[in-house]
Amino acid sequence: MRISTCFYCLKQGMKNICRNIWFSLASVATISACIFLFCLFFSVISNVRYMVKHVESTVGITVLFDETLGDEEIRALGEEIGRRSEVREMVYTSAQEAWEEFKKEYFAGNEALAEGFADDNPLSGSASYEIYLNDIAQQDELVEYLEGLEGVRRVNYSNSAVAGFSSFNKVIGLLSLVIIGVLLAVSVFLINNTISVAAAFRKQESQIMRLIGATNFMIRAPFIVEGVVIGIFGAVIPLAAMYFLYTRSVVYLVERFRILSGVLEFMPIGDLYPEMIGVALLLGVGIGFFGSFFTIRKYLRV
Amino acid sequence: MIEIKNVSKTYDTGNKALKNVNIQIEDGEFVFIMGRSGSGKSTLMKLLLKETEPTSGRIIVNDMDLQKMPRRYVPKYRRKLGVVFQDFRLLRDRNVFENVAFAQRVVGASSRSIRESVPRMLKLVGLSAKYKSLPQHLSGGEQQRVAIARALINRPEVLLADEPTGNLDHGNAVEIMKLLEEINSRGTTVVVVTHSQELVEQMGKRVITLERGRLISDEMKGGFAT
Repeated sequence: MRISTCFYCLKQGMKNICRNIWFSLASVATISACIFLFCLFFSVISNVRYMVKHVESTVGITVLFDETLGDEEIRALGEEIGRRSEVREMVYTSAQEAWEEFKKEYFAGNEALAEGFADDNPLSGSASYEIYLNDIAQQDELVEYLEGLEGVRRVNYSNSAVAGFSSFNKVIGLLSLVIIGVLLAVSVFLINNTISVAAAFRKQESQIMRLIGATNFMIRAPFIVEGVVIGIFGAVIPLAAMYFLYTRSVVYLVERFRILSGVLEFMPIGDLYPEMIGVALLLGVGIGFFGSFFTIRKYLRV
Repeated sequence: MIEIKNVSKTYDTGNKALKNVNIQIEDGEFVFIMGRSGSGKSTLMKLLLKETEPTSGRIIVNDMDLQKMPRRYVPKYRRKLGVVFQDFRLLRDRNVFENVAFAQRVVGASSRSIRESVPRMLKLVGLSAKYKSLPQHLSGGEQQRVAIARALINRPEVLLADEPTGNLDHGNAVEIMKLLEEINSRGTTVVVVTHSQELVEQMGKRVITLERGRLISDEMKGGFAT
């Protein structure tokens, strides 16, 4: 196709928008509203997942060993455990370190009392490994392995945390799919209306085009340009609004709920935004393209 | 050459628009198709434009069998035809130059070709001075000239004119007919659908008369069945 033909289609598409400016603005507004809602859910879902991931990373399995095992034997067992693919990180706490921690916590200010145990560590059998997982869903599998190991006395872990996080993740995923589906349907319906109105305005022109030998592509192109441009504007506006809103909301929430700073770990805008731009633009362009493509089909009977 | 062989057309409503019509039009001919309302003239035009399909029979235009033509080839076929309508069908938001250029743009002509050929065509139809005017600021005759220029800009082999003088006074109608005759003299086959007996008599060309879907006469020199 010639460059001049491309420009012609672009120009006609832009003219369509200007000719039906109020309809076009209404379409941009409604698509913006849909994509804004999408961005809102997207950021909420992304942040929930981010927080869940953050919390997941702090949930660990504690492995305690038989009191008869020496330090070296425990470390050898630890090396074996560390080779498992589920393990992200392991922290070893010897019996002595465990006692020091205990003293700090419970004998603060009364260190003299703890001196009575100087030669007899009451936590002598509490050397342990704290294991953090790559994916908390693999916890059951690892726990089973650990409990079957020779020399392991006890494995401490939280079953409810795993079940809770996993099901929460699933619910969020499903919810986001449903919401995105509904928003997509609404947006396609709206762009359909706009393109139908534009096509009705240009009915005579399309008829003449058909009769003088324009291809379907040539008739369709200006409407597709119109749909795509409306879609792009419909995506850019909520993206700008979201940037502004998100950065301010995060600052406000972090300051307001400082007490929950361990849990409320917000995704930095730099991490969230590139993905959001991509998805929102794809959504806007997709709605515009497919909405106009399928709407204009009925005007193309040759 | 246009060959219409045993063509019948019955619409879904049951209306029999054409009944076993046979017509042959040679290259470079000027032919009038006459008849009253409902005689099947417009259906014949639609068949030639491949806007509708015949119920039976064959239509062959320049060796192309329209029934066998794949849908994707229809735009290319239509570029070989020029079409003029009674109501001009000009784009009211575009000036004379743009209306004529429109036909070239939609077939993907280059800007250079448009800049060269549109003024030449406007000169042929006598509208060079009005290239910036909008259609609604032109007389009926001038609007039809623009429509003719648009129909001819892609150098069609056949020009189909459906009641081109239907909305014009006698003076303008004669002018348009003279223009069509000049176009015909340059080698384009011209098929004019009309019900104006006066013009047909004046022109002295071949006249095919239809009545209730049947061909009732085919006279070579301005004759027609009354």
